[in-house]
Amino acid sequence: MRGHIHRPSRRAALLASGSLFAWTQLPKLARAEGRDPRLLVIVLRGALDGLGTVAPVGDPEWIGLRGNRALVLDGRTPALPLDSFFALNPAMANFHRMYQAQHAIVVHATSTQYRDRSHFDGQDVLESGIERPGASSTGWLNRALTKLASEGRVEAGDGRAFAVGPVTPLVVRGTAPVMSWAPPQLLSASEDTHARLLDLLRHTDPKLAIALEGRKQLMTLARADGGNTMQPSTIAAAAPGIARTRAYFAEAAGTAARFLARANGPRVGALGFVGWDTHINEGAAAGQLAGLLGALDGALGAIENNMGSAWRETVVAVVTEFGRTARINGTDGTDHGTGTVALLVGGALKGGRVIADWPGLKPGSLYQERDLKPTTDLRAVLKGLLAAHLRIDDAVLATAVFPESFDIRPMAGLLA
Amino acid sequence: MGQSANAGAALALNRFGLGPRAGSIAAIAQDPRGALLAELDRPGASLIDAKALPTSAQAFRTVFDANSERQARQIVATRQQKELEKQRGASMNMAKPMEQGSTDAGAPAAATVVPDPGRRIYLDEAQVRIDRALAAEIGFVDRLVWFWSNHFCISADKIQSMSGAYEREAIRPHVLGRFRDMLQAVEAHPAMLFYLDNSASIGPNSIAGINRTRGLNENLAREILELHTLGVRTGYTQADVLTFANAITGWTLIPVDNDPDHGGEFTFNRRLHEPGPKTIMDKAYPDSGIEQGRAVLDDLAMHPSTATHIAAKLVRHFIADDLPQTLTERLSKAFLDTGGDLKGIAKVLVNSEEAWDMPRSKLKRPSEWVISMVRAAGTPADAARFTGGQAILGEPLWRPAAPNGYADDEASWIDGMGLRLDIANSYAEAVSARVDPRYVMDTVMASTVSPQTRQSVTRAETRSQALALLFMSSDIQRR
Repeated sequence: MRGHIHRPSRRAALLASGSLFAWTQLPKLARAEGRDPRLLVIVLRGALDGLGTVAPVGDPEWIGLRGNRALVLDGRTPALPLDSFFALNPAMANFHRMYQAQHAIVVHATSTQYRDRSHFDGQDVLESGIERPGASSTGWLNRALTKLASEGRVEAGDGRAFAVGPVTPLVVRGTAPVMSWAPPQLLSASEDTHARLLDLLRHTDPKLAIALEGRKQLMTLARADGGNTMQPSTIAAAAPGIARTRAYFAEAAGTAARFLARANGPRVGALGFVGWDTHINEGAAAGQLAGLLGALDGALGAIENNMGSAWRETVVAVVTEFGRTARINGTDGTDHGTGTVALLVGGALKGGRVIADWPGLKPGSLYQERDLKPTTDLRAVLKGLLAAHLRIDDAVLATAVFPESFDIRPMAGLLA
Repeated sequence: MGQSANAGAALALNRFGLGPRAGSIAAIAQDPRGALLAELDRPGASLIDAKALPTSAQAFRTVFDANSERQARQIVATRQQKELEKQRGASMNMAKPMEQGSTDAGAPAAATVVPDPGRRIYLDEAQVRIDRALAAEIGFVDRLVWFWSNHFCISADKIQSMSGAYEREAIRPHVLGRFRDMLQAVEAHPAMLFYLDNSASIGPNSIAGINRTRGLNENLAREILELHTLGVRTGYTQADVLTFANAITGWTLIPVDNDPDHGGEFTFNRRLHEPGPKTIMDKAYPDSGIEQGRAVLDDLAMHPSTATHIAAKLVRHFIADDLPQTLTERLSKAFLDTGGDLKGIAKVLVNSEEAWDMPRSKLKRPSEWVISMVRAAGTPADAARFTGGQAILGEPLWRPAAPNGYADDEASWIDGMGLRLDIANSYAEAVSARVDPRYVMDTVMASTVSPQTRQSVTRAETRSQALALLFMSSDIQRR
């Protein structure tokens, strides 16, 4: 027990918030086709302001809605143009570079099927992939993989999920057990103690034993990596505040990428970042949201870097439970909303595009005259990725993975 | 004392308390249920002697003053530095590159002279809380404090100075009192008003709202309905959220720079309050200033949805993740019948068959497990190390990631098993010179552990390994 980790703001990243998950046997099917795809899902908890991330600078209502807090192309810190209509928050230089290299896609005016404004229900729907909140104890990513395994398309065997941080997010929970990673801060127990404890728990508490086994597999993987993935954390050394958030985002995502890049490592993962609930003093081109987006952008850069040559077979999907109000609230922030963006990066994408069936920002066009109206079901995007990248059947996607979603067609053409 | 009596005592200590410590099993083995009820009836059982600790407002001012002083020193230092450069520039015509590089060195140095008192206050508060948990014979009342503190959580990441005092001021006095009183205390506490942004929320048609450009923030109103009282999906609408947010405009903190003696205390600022009567969930509330918000809270406190919500959370916390439905219903009924008498409800829980018949299926949360481990070993605990350990395990004290607090189910925590082993191992190594594993197993836990645990502990290679195995056994991890 050493090294208290001070965090200066509720909105700062928490170690507990990150989580990464993977199934080591997944690539076998794709390998038969000569591919070795990697998929990483990043959940932004707290509801990302999609309009503050990718601004519709070409919409005549835009300035009127946000006033001097609107991202614009001719501001002091100009937004980065994506096309003739949309521009990116200037804090996201890596994303912009990837976009120009056709390795990034923005899906705008999207949301899950959830229409109320509770974070916790919203995250539940986003991660479970199920219409009714609280109805499932498993996540869509885990079910997708379990399904591949049960059809013999990958080996079930000792396949196992993989998580960063001590709390496992719903999107990765399910039949596949989880192995978890956290920035190493303590000397680990000896292998002998580990083995004895496993033996004891197998006889007295099998569930605890299964959970502990994940640790052992992870250590083995990390050792084969020459200790690269288990190097001591640098997060605590960063100055409190946004610097520490940046350090955590980069380390969590970078570590995920290192595991995913390994020849015999996991292929599918998920992690979560908190802090996006910008009710107060949100800022625009600078300030709170820009700071967080910069940290996210650093994480995306770390993934690209650590993936190495595997980047060209990588897709990263950044998703959030819902968007925020189109207008600024009374405290220079935004309240809970509906439509938002999904950000996709990776060398496997057919990128350089903003995909949007733009609903417009006139009061009558807003959802309940308050939020960006969602016109693209986020499940279509996720199904499109799972179908094209991991080769999961439409029928499986519409039943086991996102139940009762036959009407939501997988979005085609996302991959190169 | 027979083994079955000891097992009953161990069950009571784990399920309702903070785990066995030396002598506690013997002390309650005769009548574990009676001992739990007696702890609830001890006068002032939930209060904590903390005369040496600052109130939340004092703590807030202390941190504010330190920050102001640091800022002032920084400005003075920068000014002096600039003056110095000017003189130098005049005498030398041109500064050397080396000296240019050190231009700002004076400012940060001056700033570090004023340390941040917030961290010290946080640790002092944590120490008092830990010491009390280690000293409690059973710790049932403290478990209730921890439960309610998590239900009505704030975060030290946003308001570190007040995080400990908030629990002492708004939670502890009411955990054996009425839910209504706790709700009123919590929602009017400066820490909560600051945490969920209500301190900055202004009624659009209030005097200040008309004169300024700032206005409403609906954060606190939504979380009161969704998390603190009714629960999500219980029928309230977006319009209810907005109207309720308007009703509690003006509930804020006295700004420190306006009032050095009372800054950080609660105030109802009429100039920020949205005037007019309001209708929330089909009920009209007249224009009565602060009483308007209070009346809404009173109604929420006694709403049947609140009773169901609270009952389910209590049963999930103390009994099982899979709720025994009849018990939840009985608890909910007791909540409504007694007007939200929290001591009475705790007694219904203790007197239920389920409390004594259901298996120990709950995985202790990291905070509960760590305290169990330290109580069993019987060592003192240093707040910095202790809170550091909790942070590693994903449950840093008074710092949940979101206003729904820490999760209370096994699925959320079970994958932290590897981290728990690291913590258990590190603590075992630190205390193995002083703590005899056989004493802990046979005397402190009165031989209530499983035969397999006993065998593993006895066969361990070293005392430290034996302790780590014992701490990680389901005998200590489950309740």
